[in-house]
Amino acid sequence: MAEKVLMKGNEAIAEAAIMAGCRHYFGYPITPQTEIAAYMAKRMPKIGGTFLQAESEIAAINMVYGVSSAGKRVMTSSSSPGISLKGEGISYLAGTDLPAVIVNAQRGGPGLGGIQPSQSDYFQATRGGGHGDYHIIVLAPSSVQEMAELTIKAFELADEYLMPAMVLADGTTGQMMEPVSFDFEIKEPPAKPWATTGTKCQRPHNIANSLYLDPEKLERINNVRFARYEVIKDKEQRAEEYLTEDADIVVAAFGISARIAKNAVDAACAKGIKAGLIRPITLWPFPDKAFKKAAEHAKRFISVELSMGQMIEDVRLATECKVPVELCYRVGGMIPSPQQVLEAIEKAAKEVK
Amino acid sequence: MAVVFERPKALLDVPFHYCPGCTHGIVHRLVAEAIDELGIEGRTVGIAPVGCSVMAYDYFACDMIEAAHGRAPAVATGVKRSDPDNLIVFTYQGDGDLASIGTAETVHAAARNENITIIFINNAIYGMTGGQMAPTSLPGQVTQTSPYGRDPKACGYPVKICEMLAQLEGPEYLERVTVNSVAHVRAAKKAIKKAFQNQIDGKGFSLIEVLSSCPTNWGMTPKKAMEWIDEKMIPYYPLGVYKDRSAGIGPGLGGKEDK
Amino acid sequence: MAKVTFRTDECKGCGLCIDACPKGILKLSEETINKKGHHPAECADPDACVGCASCALMCPDCIITVER
Repeated sequence: MAEKVLMKGNEAIAEAAIMAGCRHYFGYPITPQTEIAAYMAKRMPKIGGTFLQAESEIAAINMVYGVSSAGKRVMTSSSSPGISLKGEGISYLAGTDLPAVIVNAQRGGPGLGGIQPSQSDYFQATRGGGHGDYHIIVLAPSSVQEMAELTIKAFELADEYLMPAMVLADGTTGQMMEPVSFDFEIKEPPAKPWATTGTKCQRPHNIANSLYLDPEKLERINNVRFARYEVIKDKEQRAEEYLTEDADIVVAAFGISARIAKNAVDAACAKGIKAGLIRPITLWPFPDKAFKKAAEHAKRFISVELSMGQMIEDVRLATECKVPVELCYRVGGMIPSPQQVLEAIEKAAKEVK
Repeated sequence: MAVVFERPKALLDVPFHYCPGCTHGIVHRLVAEAIDELGIEGRTVGIAPVGCSVMAYDYFACDMIEAAHGRAPAVATGVKRSDPDNLIVFTYQGDGDLASIGTAETVHAAARNENITIIFINNAIYGMTGGQMAPTSLPGQVTQTSPYGRDPKACGYPVKICEMLAQLEGPEYLERVTVNSVAHVRAAKKAIKKAFQNQIDGKGFSLIEVLSSCPTNWGMTPKKAMEWIDEKMIPYYPLGVYKDRSAGIGPGLGGKEDK
Repeated sequence: MAKVTFRTDECKGCGLCIDACPKGILKLSEETINKKGHHPAECADPDACVGCASCALMCPDCIITVER
């Protein structure tokens, strides 16, 4: 059995990034993710890596842009307001087809909001958050083990598809401690001939750039990028399907709310209700295949979210509104109890009889 | 006969898009000459942020990166930190980029004494977008966004970057030069080359502020614009070395200014 | 003896080289208009050129080559 370490989610992310070969991290203090920066501040100098606390989240994402242009794995992390500041930089990374890992430990919003957990950056993450047509890969851990696992996955997918990848965590998964195994198999990053590493006077210069004043060129670049997105949507969807084979009521929930929803599903099944859970692990690409399959028999979907209802729209889109989808939510940092979710399942079960 | 002057190798054979008489072209050449003479083209990476000179990524033969407006010093920090022993990193920024939206990145790269070279073009205006007031526009200067002349009561006073950054302990080298005459061009070349040499020697943050012209948006002929630099800009932005840690020049370094 | 050559088609007729020339032998050609639609700079008295390269130092488009 792999040896396990009791660790905070935030620190598991940092350690996993290092394991993935990330030797450059740029951070800025913001609750509830500052442990990532503190951890990197301790570890990076010891392994010849770069830790730098930038003057702002804007500076940090642009430092990431620099390291990524130069072909090295690089990460930054922040929480909701900080991610808003990084929006332009993330758009530049996408527009320049550059890999990078961005961690968002979500907190209550909007504005300064709160420091308790939240999932109200779902749209920001899955719809881009910055200007222009682009997507980023969005992975949603719901355990400390997955905080590590999905960070490594983020580096791999970012490098494979040449785009930013976000680990969309929240205050809870970031702050809670669970045993985690780091027994991962790390694949060698792909070669990056496009990187700005200095021509050594042996090749024409590389340009990392997203400016195309010629509209035809810019259109072509967008089409090429979106063709790549189609490949990702086809190949990289990931979701946990729990008891969904013949469920009447299917709960949709990711991250921390999925753990609560699973307890509620178990309680509902104990009461003879045919309930199941789909837990999206990739929020982009959204796992619509799993929802289409479930929609063949499910009579009702319930989206359990720490938001005023964002993922619910993707569930409706995936099921083409053929089956009613309700929202079960808490916000502001409040977390739904299993009881609240169970009641929603029971109510739905009565209505579909 | 031998060639005594030709286009530097570090400049690709691509015509500049700059307006007639725009001094960007002169400064590009000086940077390229420095790169050639120091033999560093193969290990240099240039950062061209938003501004008239964003297209510099098409002109320099070394690897280039286009950066978001104001963020070049941060991008340069990332690039430098990715391979500090081998890469020579420079940014080429306008005054809107460096002294307005990018002020924080400028101040903190300087405070960190980041080992990069910054070429800062101060032409007292936003060129690319058609002549708006910049933080470096002079009091009374007429621009698209100060049509009645810049009124300090309404929008404050110009930002003097060299003087401001010289108060920081961080930066190694700060010098203001200009390129409005042959003698000034020669002096500017020396300064730019020194700024790159500092980086090679690992001395840290070197910024050269180059008072430059913008004939089109100043509404002057190229010749008149060069004269305007002498008459108006140099009195407001005195040329000279504002900090040279190694030579003990700069506030608090016991040099002549401290007397 | 010295010689100055201009890449005439890339000259933007800014005239900065003319002001810089200590011998005052450069001028914008009245007859020709180059591809960019400018009157390009040219040397009116090549024999008088001393190859000091002042013109080339001031040229914003780097189109002047000087031999000596």
